[in-house]
Order: sequence, then structure tokens, then C-alpha cells
Amino acid sequence: MDAAAQSHFTGKEAGHAVEKRPWIFTRPTAQTGLISWLTTVDHKRVGLMYGISALIFFLIGGIEALIIRVQLAVPNNTFISHQVYNEMFTMHATTMIFLAVMPLSAAFFNYIMPLQIGARDVAFPRLNGFAFWVFLAGAIILNVGWFVKSGAPDAGWFGYAPLTSKAFSNEFRADMSTDLWVMGLQVLGVSSIVGSMNFIVTIINMRAPGMTMMRVPVFTWMTLIVAFLIILSFPAITIALVELMMDRSFGTNFFEVSNGGLPILWQHLFWVFGHPEVYILILPAMGIVSEILPTFSRKPLFGYPIVVFSGAAIGFLGFGVWSHHMFTTGMGTVATAAFSLATMAIAVPTGVKMFNWIGTMWNGHLQMRTPMMFALGFLWMFMIGGFSGVMHSAAPADAQQQDSYFVVAHFHYVLIGGAVFGLLAGIHYWFPLIFGRQVSEFWGKLSFWIIFVGFNATFFPMHFLGLNGMPRRTAVYDGNMGWNSANMLATIGSFILAIGVGVYFVVMLYTYFKGEKSRRDPWDARTLEWSIPNPPPAYNFAVTPTVHARDAFWYEKHHKEEIAREKLAHAKEDEAHGGVHMPSQSWFPLMTAIGLLTASLFFVNHHMTGAIAGAAILVLGVILWAFEGPGGYHVHPSKDEINDTDGKH
Amino acid sequence: MSSHAGTIDHHHDHTTSTGIPNKKLFMWAFLASDCMFFGALISSHLIYRLHPPPGSPDASKIFSIELTSFSTFILLMSSLLMALAVNSLQKGQVKSTRRNLLGTIFFGLIFLACQVYEFSHFVHEQGLTLSNSVFGSTFYTLTGTHGCHVAIGVLWLVLMYIRSFKPADADEGRAWLLKSFLHLIVFGVTVVAAMASMLGLVHAYQTGDGFGGFLHHHPLTFAVTLAGLTALWFLGRSKGQVDFGEANAIDVESMGLYWHFVDIVWIVIFTAVYLLEYL
Repeated sequence: MDAAAQSHFTGKEAGHAVEKRPWIFTRPTAQTGLISWLTTVDHKRVGLMYGISALIFFLIGGIEALIIRVQLAVPNNTFISHQVYNEMFTMHATTMIFLAVMPLSAAFFNYIMPLQIGARDVAFPRLNGFAFWVFLAGAIILNVGWFVKSGAPDAGWFGYAPLTSKAFSNEFRADMSTDLWVMGLQVLGVSSIVGSMNFIVTIINMRAPGMTMMRVPVFTWMTLIVAFLIILSFPAITIALVELMMDRSFGTNFFEVSNGGLPILWQHLFWVFGHPEVYILILPAMGIVSEILPTFSRKPLFGYPIVVFSGAAIGFLGFGVWSHHMFTTGMGTVATAAFSLATMAIAVPTGVKMFNWIGTMWNGHLQMRTPMMFALGFLWMFMIGGFSGVMHSAAPADAQQQDSYFVVAHFHYVLIGGAVFGLLAGIHYWFPLIFGRQVSEFWGKLSFWIIFVGFNATFFPMHFLGLNGMPRRTAVYDGNMGWNSANMLATIGSFILAIGVGVYFVVMLYTYFKGEKSRRDPWDARTLEWSIPNPPPAYNFAVTPTVHARDAFWYEKHHKEEIAREKLAHAKEDEAHGGVHMPSQSWFPLMTAIGLLTASLFFVNHHMTGAIAGAAILVLGVILWAFEGPGGYHVHPSKDEINDTDGKH
Repeated sequence: MSSHAGTIDHHHDHTTSTGIPNKKLFMWAFLASDCMFFGALISSHLIYRLHPPPGSPDASKIFSIELTSFSTFILLMSSLLMALAVNSLQKGQVKSTRRNLLGTIFFGLIFLACQVYEFSHFVHEQGLTLSNSVFGSTFYTLTGTHGCHVAIGVLWLVLMYIRSFKPADADEGRAWLLKSFLHLIVFGVTVVAAMASMLGLVHAYQTGDGFGGFLHHHPLTFAVTLAGLTALWFLGRSKGQVDFGEANAIDVESMGLYWHFVDIVWIVIFTAVYLLEYL
């Protein structure tokens, strides 16, 4: 719907003033204030909302982690009960994965990807807003448990059957914590899938002229691969959750052992999703690092096609390794050997990427700015996580490490040392573009070093804890197990890490309000997003860029006359078509998401009338959304904005 | 009807990088995802079929393969009508599009009615419920999910049919919006009443009461059905120019992709769930 409006300059003028539209279809036009955010279809605003919510949940998940570390600081601790401890580790993992790292990646997909391919918005702007509101609905459903009697979900983030069955989690009549978890994840799945389909269409169909697939920046490539991983892997967990929901709400027997259900089916369905999910978390960070390293090495990315292909290979192989999470379930030697081999094979494209990044820096004029520090931290820390990952791929070794702190150490090295370091690097890197202000190098680097030291102090000792036999998800341990000093060290480390993250965010907030104004393209970067004023105007590009090379903006900077001539010609064409087309804002994405939230919450409470009412709001929202039409209006960038290529704007 | 006929290239969209219309690409991406949904559900069913707990029901004694074959045939034929609807609109023939959309809706509803009959028959006559066996759990969840897909498809078709009456004169927009909601409600009520009438009629003939007995037991349902059909006939008369034509062919085509996909999934389900039991 929006797509046609996006590019149909020759089509009928939608929403022009003389048309008498039903009042319900009056498009909101607020540019500032609450309504402008509630009805926004601008990919940059949607990206910001994703980013801000993700960071809030990142802090909540961090507090949950600190509570866990306080409990484990000393043996036989009674800081929190076992029940609360279970809630903490369940919600810490669920929050960090689904509400912090994934949406933070989505924030970058939304904000940066269209700018990198020279597009003015995503293919379906209203659907993009909808994806965000549904994400928020899912986040609310997951966290509602804190405020009700039954408590937060407590069955672990992979919710193994039969822990989630009614018999084990319904001891109170009103225990709905597991139902909230089941519903929350399904709603988040809707958001991820809808958002990803939008990104796929945008990247494949909305590239600027000359932007061939092999000129697309690596971050955008990783966005595309992650989007495919999401649409192909989320159905598996959604079906697993549907089956569980049927079990819990309608008495089916999918995972009821007493009636012939097989709990192992849950594990398979979960990890068919769960392993691609690991790459959904890490590939965006790899994309960000692939943008940062060339910029600060003053060289093009080394072996671009190989980096892209390796990303695709990681994504593809990622679907064939899920059972390495289940080596100890007794799948039989053939299956175990096959999954073991496939898992080792994934180390190959990952290693290739590592060497390409090193090749990028080789003989470069390295500039040690804050984003570069985080990117280098990513390289090193992710490599350590990768090494322990290869150790797990050997099934006999894995049998020793399964469910121990060694695994905890491993996945925190890939998820914090990998994904989070990459995302923090990205925030620093694109901050001047998004907010037009530059973070102080001293404070940025200070936060990096505190985070780096705190992170290693927390998680490196866990390798030894795991090899010494400490099982994960243990609320209390005895003093004579030999685990005391490592646990104490990890707890101290976690507080250092927390201070580092605190410094990071305080610096960001300070810079947002009081920071030094940044000139355009402060890093002398290579990709198109830096070719526009900061912060970017609503229409992104005053003139649709023409791409002549892989590092499109680098080429522009070195062929100024050619580009200026081109821009003038294209500006005339745009004007002949009636100006720059912009999508109209809409209330209905929000309304539809509210319907979904209402229906879900009532359903979890087994209140069917309410659930049907919520579903009615949802359907009504969809119908009005469709009948409203894509809308759209035109803007006319001024001559100055069109000619503005040197960044004096 | 349409102001411009045969002016749009339906196979190449010059505004996109690849020439594929955005909506079509979006639908393909969605169908890829939906493949995985049904893949997971069908796998669940087949895995439990291989590991039946003691006392599992014998599926071939429960199924009525004649009824399911009939409804399968109807669903496949609905795809033909769907394709004709797309073809008509690509040529700008709005009236023919409407007829074909109504035909697709009708066939889709027959399929759904067969499923409703099948489910109630299995529950009440055969004693197969959602919770009394793993087979019941997987069977109802899988075929029910497919039924939901068909139902959503029917709703989409109905909305597209109603959309085709949007007047070209934008000043009539408000009246049209109210009328289309009325249209939708009448459609919904008629469909439910007609389905109830059909099931009642079948029941009446099975018990030997015949049409008279049916009228005696369900006078209201039958009256509502007749009244609804009449109202639909009135609402379905079109006067004046409409804002629906060749430019909307891509919307109908995307809907068609979904519809055909749901049909293809049914072929797989019919084979893996039904035919497999007769090997």
C-alpha cells in the first residue's frame, strides 16, 4: 500500500486538500509533540523509539543480572529466595535477548539501513510503525508479571517442557507467569517477522540507482541476512509456543508425558529457532564492525565479497546445527556426529571474517577513536567466545560442559563481548549523525575501558567455575566447593561493568543535551548515510543519490563536480514529478497494536469476552488501515539543500 | 468501469530496483515464513504419528475420506476462480472480478463448512477431542490452523469485494465508509446463518426429517439467510464510477498468492494427514 505511494510520483495525488474524507481518515500532520511520535511512519523516528526502549530494557536486564551476582557473591547466601532467583535468570535472559539486543539491532536496521541504500523510507512505512508498537506490546506482556501476584516468568528462557506444564507451574490457581511468557514471545515474534519482511522488501527493491547488490554496504547486507533468518526461524518457536499455549489453555497433549506427549519435541522446535537466533543477535554487530573498521583504518573493507558471502554462509549453516544444544539428550551417534561436524564448519566462515577484519586494518592508518576501541574490543572478545564455542562443538567435551558455568561464560563472551560491544560501537559511531553532537573522546574511551575490565573480570572466572563443576541456574552453593573466590571476583567484576555502562549512558545523555556540535561526516566515512545533514531531514536525501562505487560517499567526495551536475539533473526530475514524496502519518498501526495487546492480556487471564473485544479492535484497526489508503504528500527541498554537498548546512 | 484499461505493465514495476512490485515481494517473503509455520506443525503431527502412545485412536476409522476429498476438490477449484479474478482485474474488468471473487468466497466457505461439519462429527460421533489423545491434539491444531488461514483468506476476499464499490467521487467517501461497514456486517451475519442452515439441513436429511423438518426446527436461521442474501444482492448493485480498477490488480494478485499458497498447504496436509492413514 505504502509502497506504491513511495515511488509513484506519476500517480494520482493522494490526500489533496479538496477531497472530503471521512473524519476518521484525517491524517495526523503534527511534526512535533506526542501525536507526531504516536503516529509516526518515519523510519528514523521508529528507529529511535526502538533504540530508546531497547536501552531501557538493557538497563532493566542489567539490574536483574546484578541481583543474580549479589546472590552468588558468597556461599549459602540468602539475599533472594530460590523462586525470585528463578524469575531473575529467566527474565534477565529473556529481556536481554528479546527486549535489548534484538530491538537495538532493529533500531540500527531502521535508522541506518534506508540511509545506506539511498532510500527515503522503508517499503511499508505504516507497517514499520506497527512492528515497533507490537514490540512494545510484547515487552509489556512479558514484564506484566512483576506487578501481579503470580510473579514474573520463572521457567528459564528456553522454557523446557515439562517445567512449563500446568502441573509444575500452576500451584497457585492464578499462576499465569508462564502464560505471560508464552504470549509475550508470540507477540514479539509477530513484531520481528513483520519488521523483517519490510526490511527484505526495502533492501531488495528500494536501492538508489546504481546501488547493485554487490555495492550494498556490509551492514545492510547483514540486515538482509538477519531478516531472512528471522522470518525463517521465528515460525518454529511460534509453533512451539502455540502448542504449549494449547496445552496450557485447552488441554492438548503436545508436551504432556502422561498422555503420550514428547518433551524432546519442545527442545527441537525451540532450538531450530534458538540457534539461528544466536546469529540474529551477532550478525548485526558484525555488520556494524565491518563499517567501523574501514572508516578508522582509512582503507576499504578487505575482501568485501568474501565478508558478505561468509555472513550468508553463517546464516545458512546456522539452520543445521540446532541439536548441538541437545548433545546430552541421547540423540544417537550419527545425529550427534553430524551436528558436531556442522557446528565446527560454522567456525570457518566466522574465521574468514576475522581475517578479513584484520586484513582491513593491516597497513591502515589506524585512528583510535571510541567506536574503533569498541570494535577492536569486539574482535578480541568475540574471538574468545568463538574459541569456547568450538570447544562445545566436540560432543564429548560438551557432555562435560553442558549446563555448567563454562557455557554461561561462553555465551556471555559472544553476546556481550560480541553483540553488545558491536552495538555500543555503533551507538558511538552513528551518534553524530543521529543527534548532530559528538561524544567526548576522553569519556567515551574511559567508559570503554571500565566496561572492558568489568566484563572480563565478571565472565573470565566463570570458565574456571564451569570446569570446576559449578552448574548454571544455581541460587545457592556450599562454601567448600572451591567456587568462592571466582564467584566473588565475578560479582565485583559485574559491578565494575555496571559502572562502565553507567558512565557510557551518562556521557551519552550529557552529549545529547550539552555535547559539542558535530560537523557533517566527522569520521570522514565511506557510506551514503554520511552524505546528508545531521541530524537528517525527514526526507533523508534532498536528491536521490546515484551510486557509482561500493564506498558510495567516498566516491562522491572525490568526484564533486560530477555529483553536483547529477544532483541538479535529478532535482529537476523530482520537481517534474511533483517533488519529494513523503508517506502520511497514521493512527492505525498504533490502534491495531493496542488491539493485539488487549486481546493478549485478556486471553492470558482466560477472560474470553475481553480477548474477543481486543481482537475486534485489532480487526477494525486493520480494516481502517486498509481503507485509509497509503496517503502521502510532497515536499520541495530548497535550492540550498539540493546544492549542499560540502557539509556547511 | 475502470477509467484506464490495459495501460499498466503487470509484470514489471519500473519504480522498484528489481521490477518486482513491493507488495508481491512482501507476500513471497511472508509465504516463505508461513512455510516454516506449517512445516513445524506438520512435523509435529508426523512425529507423534510415529510415536503413538498406547490406546491411540485408529485414524482411518475416524476419517471420512469421501467428505474430505470433496472439500479438497472444492478448495482447489476455488484457486481457479481466484486466478480468474486476478486476470479480470488486470484487464480492468471490475464486474467480472467481483463475480470471480464471490465465487472464490463461496468455495472457500464450502470448504470451511465441511471442516466445521467434520470437526463436530469427529467430536460428537467419533469421540475424538482436542485433549483425549495426542492424535486429537495434533490433528485439530494442524487442520484448525489451516482452517484459520482459509477463514482469514475469506475475510480478506470479502473486504476486497466490498472495497471494489468505493465510489470514484471522493465526496461520497463518508457514506461509502458507513455502507461498507454495513456491507461487512451483513456479509458476516449471512455467512454464519447460511452455514448454520446448511448444517441444519444436512442434519435434517440425515435424521430423515427432510426440508420440512429443517424449516420446523430452524425457521429463524433460514429466514436470516434469505434476508441476508437479499440484502447482499441490494448492496452488491453498483451505480456510477468506482475507484477500483487495473491499478488495484496488484492487491488482488497478492491476495491470490496467499490463497493459492493456502491451497497448496492443504494438498500437503491432505496427503500427510489423511491419505497416509490409508496406506
